Amino acid sequence: MSKDTFCLGGKEFTSRFILGSGKYSLDLIKAAVENAGAEIITLAVRRTNTKDTENILDYIPDNVTLLPNTSGARDAKEAVRIARMSRELGCGNFVKIEIMRDSKYLLPDNEETIKATEILANEGFVVLPYMYPDLYAARALQEAGAQAVMPLASPIGSNKGLATKEFIQILIDEIDLPIIVDAGIGKPSQACEAMEMGAAAIMCNTAIATARDIPSMAGAFKDAIEAGRKAHLAGLGRVLERGASASDPLTGFLRD
Amino acid sequence: MIKINGEIIDKDTLKLTDYLAENNYKSTRIAIECNEEIVPKSMYESFILHSGDVVEIVSLVGGG
Repeated sequence: MSKDTFCLGGKEFTSRFILGSGKYSLDLIKAAVENAGAEIITLAVRRTNTKDTENILDYIPDNVTLLPNTSGARDAKEAVRIARMSRELGCGNFVKIEIMRDSKYLLPDNEETIKATEILANEGFVVLPYMYPDLYAARALQEAGAQAVMPLASPIGSNKGLATKEFIQILIDEIDLPIIVDAGIGKPSQACEAMEMGAAAIMCNTAIATARDIPSMAGAFKDAIEAGRKAHLAGLGRVLERGASASDPLTGFLRD
Repeated sequence: MIKINGEIIDKDTLKLTDYLAENNYKSTRIAIECNEEIVPKSMYESFILHSGDVVEIVSLVGGG
C-alpha cells in the first residue's frame, strides 16, 4: 500500500495534526509537538517586547513547518500586512489567514478572507484560510488560490466540538481542496469523527492547552486523528434505515 | 515625533540600528514595518526614521 501522505504547498506531510502553540508555556511546546507527532505548528505575530528574552522558535524542533496566522487582523489589508511580516520573520511562505471583526464570538469574516487570500496567493504564499463553513465562500477561496480551507467546528477556544458538522461535510464532498477542520474541536473523539468524515487534517490548540496534562493530550489527539483517517480510508460500514441485521450466521440450531 | 509600537519618541530623525541596539533587539528574530511597508533586513543599516513615521517591530509568539 502506498504511504498516505498529505500535501500542502509542495510539501509532503505524514502527520495530519496541525498543532497550535498558544496558551501554554514554551517549555511544554517541544513535548507537545513530539507527542502530537505534528509536522506543522501555528504561531502568531505580535509587537515585540525586548524584555522577553525567550523566543518561541528556540522551542520548536527544526523539522516542523511553521504556519503563522494573521490573528489580530480586522480586514484583508491588515491580514496582508501581518502575512508579509511573518514571511520577513523567516517563517517561510505558509500563512493561515484569520480575519475577525467580532470580538465576542471571534467568527471569521469570509468576505475579507477571500480578498486577502487572492492578494497573498498572488504574492506566492501558501494560503490556508480559516473560514466559516459556507460552500460559496469555500468556492471563492479556491478560486482565489487557497491551498486548503480551514472551516471552524465551533467558536475558537470553545472546545464545543463539531457544531458545524453538516456544513463541513458539504465542503468535504464539494470542494476539491484539503479541508482542515480548525477551531472548537475539544476532544480526541471529535477530531476522530471529523477525520472519519473525510477531513484532510485537524488543527487544534485550546483542547490541548487547557488539558490537565498537555503532552499526554497531544498524544491522545494524535491517536484519534490516525484512527479517524484509517476509518475513512477503510470506508465506514453502512447504517440501516430501520430494523436490524444479524452479524451471526442465521442457520438455526438448538431447536428445529 | 516617531511612533514605534505605539510609543511616541520625541525625535525628528532616528537611525533604525541605533534604536534597535539601544533596546537590545536581535535583528534575526524581528520584522519591521515602517508606514505599513516592510523594511527588509538588508536595509536596517542605512534606514533612517523621520518625524511622522509609524513603525511596528514584531516577532513570533505562541498562537493558534
